[in-house]
This record gives sequence, structure tokens and C-alpha cells, in this order.
Amino acid sequence: MDPAGGMWGRRLGFAVLLLVLVVGPPYLPPFLLTLLTQTLIYSILAMSLDLILGYTGLSSLGHAGYLGLGAYSVGILATRHGAGFGTTLVVGIVLAGAVAAIFGLVALRATGVYFLMITLALGMVVWGLANRWVSLTQGDNGISNVPRPVLGLPWSFSKAIPFYYLVLAGFVLALLVLRVIVRSPFGHTLVGIRESESRMRTLGYNVWLHKYIAFVISGAVAGFAGVLWAYYNGFVSPSDLDLSVSIETLLMVALGGRGTLLGASIGAAVIVVLKNLVSAYTQRWLLILGIVYIGTIRYAPEGIVGALKQWGQWSRVRLSRSTA
Amino acid sequence: MEFWVTQLFNGVSYGALLFLLAAGLSLIFGMMRIVNMTHGSHYLLGCYVAVLLLARTGSYVVALLGAAVIIGVLGIIEWDRFLKGLSGQELAQVLTTMGLALIFQDLALLIWGGDPYNVRVPPALSGRYQVGTFFFPVYRVFMILVAGAVAVILWLVVERTRVGAMMRAAVDDAEMARGVGINVSVISLGVFALGAALAAVSGVVAGGFLGVYPGADFEILSYAFVVVIVGGLGSLKGALVGSLLVGLLDNFGKALFPELSYFTLFAPMAAILAVRPTGLFGRS
Repeated sequence: MDPAGGMWGRRLGFAVLLLVLVVGPPYLPPFLLTLLTQTLIYSILAMSLDLILGYTGLSSLGHAGYLGLGAYSVGILATRHGAGFGTTLVVGIVLAGAVAAIFGLVALRATGVYFLMITLALGMVVWGLANRWVSLTQGDNGISNVPRPVLGLPWSFSKAIPFYYLVLAGFVLALLVLRVIVRSPFGHTLVGIRESESRMRTLGYNVWLHKYIAFVISGAVAGFAGVLWAYYNGFVSPSDLDLSVSIETLLMVALGGRGTLLGASIGAAVIVVLKNLVSAYTQRWLLILGIVYIGTIRYAPEGIVGALKQWGQWSRVRLSRSTA
Repeated sequence: MEFWVTQLFNGVSYGALLFLLAAGLSLIFGMMRIVNMTHGSHYLLGCYVAVLLLARTGSYVVALLGAAVIIGVLGIIEWDRFLKGLSGQELAQVLTTMGLALIFQDLALLIWGGDPYNVRVPPALSGRYQVGTFFFPVYRVFMILVAGAVAVILWLVVERTRVGAMMRAAVDDAEMARGVGINVSVISLGVFALGAALAAVSGVVAGGFLGVYPGADFEILSYAFVVVIVGGLGSLKGALVGSLLVGLLDNFGKALFPELSYFTLFAPMAAILAVRPTGLFGRS
């Protein structure tokens, strides 16, 4: 297959997927609509991580912290100060981006295992504040009764279907923004850094600055996911941003396929569906999640998208052999 | 005055516990560059196993050593079955050890339930010493002594024996060490098992005063990480200084600024990293 054909095939696939996401939901039972909404929000988080993990090669172990900053912005501003959607959205994204800008200064001094550990610890700083700064965050109890946004539109976002479309719009927006970034010269430089930092440095690129900007954008997008999550859930608590969420996000990206954006959403979909279905039938959800972690690394190190690509190549080779 | 002495003593004894936990983690890091998420599981399981052994045999010493051996063997199995082939792949290691940690957590919940457990402390270790107007619980003094003994033994092994020299060689340059005929994978296996056993010992010791419960594994894990980050990966001296620092920071932080207690722990760590990205005693 020629590359142009592959591109058109992918575009067609994407258009069909989008059409299903737009047309399908009114016909879905409420439970599935819930899963779909959750999947889209976690997809935004996973894609934001993919920007630094898949494209830049930085494994962050504290990504849930930025989701938490976005979520707490909504929780605190909407319940106590009656702030509207516009305000919480801007504050959530800017706060997450600003904290990422500070954390990035510390974390990007390190590489490899050190980077993992530092991002983990910085994520714990945010979690610790959420947990103990009770006067601001209400600690362990969390902030409940977060109202759904009112945008002055003729439909109410407290209903599941309109809210779903709001989240879908957010997802498409995040996807487009991240896609433009990874396809730009900036994005190609990130991939170059992932492949060989020293080579990019020799070529005269400011490696640190590229990583730093990617890190800050990634944090801001994760904050956006947090804003939507808080409105969706109506409740914000420290468990939204604890270490297990950060690692689950890593798993989503690894499971779907690093460096593919949409792969991250496939990973998010698998985990969200598994989590909800399995925990409905058995108490042993953690056990199964553990097996998924190990199985992903063992049997699909390049993720679902990687496995599909390999399979595609293999069948194409076979096809060309049989026609030759 | 009394406040400062008591908090200082509590901080140092908590630091001693953290050293027991973090020394193994630091060696594993230095040796294999593995972010080992199962370290907290070894701590938790070590304590549970000790509770079982104590109920069977009634001997604290048997429980302590038995837990160390059993968890050490568990570490060998993990290394051999899951981690051996993943050297150099940080993300794969994190996700694999995280998977194992979740499985251990769930199995522990299945076997031991959600109730907290304590390791019954032998009578010789309960009670307290009185010095002037101050009281020092015997058990906390015991913790400091155990940590001190482990520190001395580890230091002697690493710095003064042939095996220790091999370990240091493997930490410094694994390829070169292999080149001169050191079996690095056997050494790695040994270090991983030792780390697991030490985590189990710290779990048993912690079982005497903190108790363990589902979730204690990940709670203590973040402390161990902070110690290792502050001290520097692979450095025993770093683990020792880092443990004391974290123990004291945590204690004074909780006593003086309860609202910011985690912040007072993690913020100084971030500050140290900003100045020295490889920790106080780490080498890049």
C-alpha cells in the first residue's frame, strides 16, 4: 500500500470513529454513556502524558498531580466562590501549566530513573497538599457537590448527554492541539530528542528548552482533563491524584502504544472499561489490573497500536508474496 | 525543651526504620537502576509473614529472621521470572513491578483481610527507659540499635569484602565488571534478594509500633523513595543521612505544621534536587 493510501485510510477511519462518537451516544444505555465520558476524559490525560512519554521519551510518574490541580481549581472555585465554567477552565489550565513550569525546572535537571523518581516525588507534593491542607481542600473528605457548568446554552449540562458532548468537544480540541504540536517542526524535534539527545544538541537544538516546553504543555493539558473530571464527577478528593492514577496513566499510554496520541485513548478506553466491568463482577479488580500491567510489558511492549501495525505489515508482506 | 528532645528522639527512631527500608531500595537502584515498586509490598508481606510465624512459634527472633528469608526468596523469584530480561527499560520495569505490587496487595487483602495487624513485641522490648525527666520507649531504642547494626554490617560487606568490591564494580560500570569476569547477574540477583529481605525486616520492626494494613505498602514506599532521592541512588551513606533527614523532617513537620506535613517533607527534597540532581551522595 502506498503511503498516501495509508494516510487516507487512517483519515477515513478517524472520520468514522468521530461520526460514531457524535451520532451514537443518544442511543447508548446510561451505563455505557458513563464509560464513554470517562474514557474521553482519561484519554485527554493519557494523550497529554504521551506528548512527553511517547514523543519526547520522558517517563513521568507524577502526571496525576496536574489532573488534580485542574480538578481542585474547579472544586474550590465553583463551590466556594461560585465561579463559572470559563473562570475555572482558565484557572485550572493555567495553574496546572504554571506548576508544571516550576516542577519542570527541577525535574528536567535529571534523566532516566532520576527523572522518574523526581516526578513521582513532585506528584506527591501536590497529593500531600490535597490531603493535608484541610482548610483549603477539606483533606480526605474531598470537595463534594461540584455543580455542573452553566454556559447559557439552551440545554442543561447536568444531563448526561449534553455533558458528554461538552467532553467530546474538549477531547477533539485536545487531540487537535496535540496533533498540531507533534506534527510541527517542534514536535519532530521532540522525536529527535527521544531518539538521540546528544545528536540533537550537536545539531544546535536547545534540547532543554524543547523538553521544558513539552513538559509545561503536557501539564496544562492534564489540568484541562482535571477540570472536566471535576465537573463530571461532581466530587474532588486526594484519591483523584494519587500515585496509582499516575501509574495507571502510564499504563494507558504503554498499553495503547507510545507516540501515537490516539493509541493513548485506546489504552484509556481499555482500562476504563475493564475497571468498571471487572469491578462490577468481582472484588479482585486489583489482581486483574496487576496482570494487565505485566501482560502488557510481556506480550505487547509496543502497545495495541504497535501490535496492529506489526500485524498489518506481516499480512501485507504475505499478500505481496502471494501475488508475486 | 521536652518537646524538642521528644521530637528529636522520635525523628531519629523513625529515621532508623526508614534506613532499614531504604538501604535495600538504594542498593537495588544503584545496582540495577530499577524503580522497584514492590519494595513496599515486601515491607507489608514481611510483617504479615512475621505475624503468622510469631503465632506458630512464639519466638520474635524466628519471626524476624523467617520473614526476612521468605521474602528474600520471593524477591529471587520476582527477579528471575519478571525482571531479569528488562534491564535498562525503565518504563517496563516500573509497570512490571507496579503490576506485581498490585497483585501482592490484592492477595494480601484476600488472605489477611482489611484489619490492621501488629507484631506483638516481646516483653524485653516493651516499657521505657527514664533519663532524668525524659522517657524513652525501649522499642524505639531497639529500632535505632537494629538500624545501626544493619548499617555497620552492610558497610563492612560493601566496603571490606570481595563480594562488596564486586558489587561496587557492578554499580560503577556493569559492562566493565562483566569484562573482568564478575557475574553481574548473580550479584544483581543477590542484591535484589537482600533488598527484599531488608524491606521485610523493616516491615516486622514497623509492625511493632506503626502496625500494617492494606495500603501501608504504598504509603511507606513514597517515604523510601524520598530517602533514596535525597541521599542519592546506590549510596549507603546517602541512605543513612537521607533517612535521618526525612525522619526528622517528617516528625517536626507533622508536629509544627500539621496542615503542611507532606509539603514539609517533599519541598526540601525538591530543593535539594534543584541544587544536586543526583541527591546528596549520588554520582551521575
